[in-house]
Amino acid sequence: MAAALTLAATVANLGAALDFVAGQAEALGLSERKAARLAVALEEAYVNVCNYAYPAGQGDVTLTCAGDGEFFQVSLRDAGIPFDILDQPEPDIAAGVDDRPIGGLGGRLIRELSDRVAYRREAGDNVLTLAMRRERPEGQAGLD
Amino acid sequence: MEIRTAKEGTATIVTVAGKLDAVTAPEYEKAISALIQSGDIRLIMDFAELGYISSAGLRVILAAAKQIKARDGRLAFANLSGNVREVFDISGFGGIFALHGSVSDALAGLG
Repeated sequence: MAAALTLAATVANLGAALDFVAGQAEALGLSERKAARLAVALEEAYVNVCNYAYPAGQGDVTLTCAGDGEFFQVSLRDAGIPFDILDQPEPDIAAGVDDRPIGGLGGRLIRELSDRVAYRREAGDNVLTLAMRRERPEGQAGLD
Repeated sequence: MEIRTAKEGTATIVTVAGKLDAVTAPEYEKAISALIQSGDIRLIMDFAELGYISSAGLRVILAAAKQIKARDGRLAFANLSGNVREVFDISGFGGIFALHGSVSDALAGLG
């Protein structure tokens, strides 16, 4: 089962994007702790689409959630210019206040907060998939 | 998001409640900038009621830190927890800033 939501890729729609994914994550059994990590990773990915995918104007982003196996996952698909946020240079996180450039942390946050992440270019779209491992509730044996 | 400020001696404590994300960060930036411009450069950011931060919030913090440092001021943080602490650590902010377990510790740390 997958659920999808298409939004105009604007920062004003960030709340709608986060709410949709949080609702799906809860329904599909992702723990609160994992959902909190996913929310930040999702914001970074979503805002990146808003800011860079459509330099010539407006476009859409489609969020698709699925979670019937080991992972809960959300994909962000946009028809914008090719851009892989995972392929950006690693920021120097040891640099002091004066030497640190402002920005450039989105890719690192996505990589570190997600359990799995993948980018692909498919049929002219950017598709970024973030996945979180689902944890079984304490004391319950699972059969998956 | 809600922002409150309080004075304690020569220090200014800024408490932010709710979420610091791409939507709310510009308002936080405005508030912090206004304080720095008016000479409040001994700042404590109290995150006791902050449940969420993304890179949009980190951006505001780093920009503020640069301005405060250039003016020879001081910046310290109090009460980071959960998600906020984790995002600080991943970003290296836990290593370059003074993080305290309480506002009174942060005040003492300002010197």
